[in-house]
Amino acid sequence: MLASIGAADIEALFDEIPAGLRCPGLADIPEGESEMAVTRRAHELAALDGFYLNFIGAGAYEHHIPAAVWQIAGRGEYYTAYTPYQAEASQGTLQLIYEYQTMMTRLTGLDVSNASLYDGATALAEAVLMAVRASKGDVRRVLLPATVHPRYRAVVQTMVKNQGVELTTLPYDPVSGQTRLDALDDRRAAALVIPQPNFFGVLEPVDALTDWAHDHGLLAIALVNPMSLALLKAPGAWGAKGVDICVGDGQPLGIPLSSGGPYFGFMTCRQALVRQMPGRLVGATVDRDGRRGYVLTLQAREQHIRRAKATSNICSNQGLMVVAATLHMALLGPAGLNNVALASHGQTRALLDKLTAIDRVKRAFTSPFFHEAAVRVDGDVEAVLRALRAQGILGGYALGRDFPELADVILFCATETKTDGDLEQYAQQLARILSKRREAPPCAYKS
Amino acid sequence: MNIPNDLKYTLSHEWARLEADGSVTVGITDHAQELLGDMVFVENPVLGRQLKASEECAVVESVKAASDVYAPIAGEVIAANGDLEANPDLLNKDPYGAWLFKVKPADASDLNGLLDAAAYQSHVDSEAH
Repeated sequence: MLASIGAADIEALFDEIPAGLRCPGLADIPEGESEMAVTRRAHELAALDGFYLNFIGAGAYEHHIPAAVWQIAGRGEYYTAYTPYQAEASQGTLQLIYEYQTMMTRLTGLDVSNASLYDGATALAEAVLMAVRASKGDVRRVLLPATVHPRYRAVVQTMVKNQGVELTTLPYDPVSGQTRLDALDDRRAAALVIPQPNFFGVLEPVDALTDWAHDHGLLAIALVNPMSLALLKAPGAWGAKGVDICVGDGQPLGIPLSSGGPYFGFMTCRQALVRQMPGRLVGATVDRDGRRGYVLTLQAREQHIRRAKATSNICSNQGLMVVAATLHMALLGPAGLNNVALASHGQTRALLDKLTAIDRVKRAFTSPFFHEAAVRVDGDVEAVLRALRAQGILGGYALGRDFPELADVILFCATETKTDGDLEQYAQQLARILSKRREAPPCAYKS
Repeated sequence: MNIPNDLKYTLSHEWARLEADGSVTVGITDHAQELLGDMVFVENPVLGRQLKASEECAVVESVKAASDVYAPIAGEVIAANGDLEANPDLLNKDPYGAWLFKVKPADASDLNGLLDAAAYQSHVDSEAH
């Protein structure tokens, strides 16, 4: 190949890249290995993860995924990581995306869904930028509650800071765990982000927040867990008018936790905002014989046509995750999703009851919750979580890592995957650890 | 190609007409609509916006492209053609009847700096080569 393009060797091929920009070599990368050796090594590394009973949620949620989901998603017809461009897209792929969009609009109660984004955090950043565009660029400020996932807030900050968008953090009420609006100044803003449930698992007063946004001339952006919508009111019905944009992470819909990704983000909105929406859209049409067909539509928003003024440069994404989510929703159906959501809520309630029955554990926030709740623990939270881990239990997320004022709070999640016996095991271990802690020095629960 | 003699033109294919009340009506030329093809969406500037000359102020979107519209002269936006929201194809059918927006010019004599029909014709001809 080098000979046919007229390069003497590989060095000559890369000659035009300045030496200072070139990597001097890959000293720490070992030599190639056989498939057998690599497989064995991968199994060894995987085993280091251990087998834990997981009660951590905090943005990624363990749900049962029917075996058929990934069996079908792995078929050759679907098996690509990308959302294809028109020329590459088969009618089957386009129809699947169209079905996905239909499912997401029904779940969120809005008019239009795109064909997905990278993940929940980037979807939120895109929604913020979209709201600023919809304000014709006049208002470059967005209200972002402190109860939005801390990693999402960091990503949004990264993506909007160089575009002159100001983010104002809204505080939360320390008793209810809900977002407070009373501390807000009266400067104009383009949008209010409303997390439901919020990072504490708490259900926000979404109707009041949506109406407040609209009464003050702001767009309302819902940030939701899609699984919760099987039980909770759709964002399109929040308040008097419903939200304008809805985003979230699609992981709970058939995507395994797998150490943090790939997941996918979703976005739906009102029809009136569709031209400000980023990402691919599939529409239904008819061919010249009048038969139904599917096409990528509204492409004039996108980078290959609109260039620098595109609504977004996110076009390709984890399309395979959308395939899985569509299959997952189709296999479960509305009743199945409702069962999963209800069971998850029920197990979290049951676990909260068991944990707060322990002498030194109290509920952290008074508000209703979906499938995640927070408890105050009279003890060193990180040490308690370590002790639980030594017993094979991932007990939750230490909120003090992001909220210093919540240093004694554990955020936990119990989905439908947890049996009553699992909950009992967690409660017993926590009670034992906390009672030991009272009687003995810290080393007592090192196992 | 239709290039009426009573209008002023820009290099970026807008037309402008001074009205009896002193306002200036702005649209896109027959040539522009022909290049863009079937129109599907028009985004006009908000009323009251102060435009600078040559500033991007509207977007016309066809089935194959989205194109910015530039203000022919400086002034305040005093009207936008609401008919185009539901019927953007009016731009194809009647490009000189289907105006986009009207401005109250900062200085009506700025119109003298625009192209007349003959100059616009030769601009279009030169672009074709």
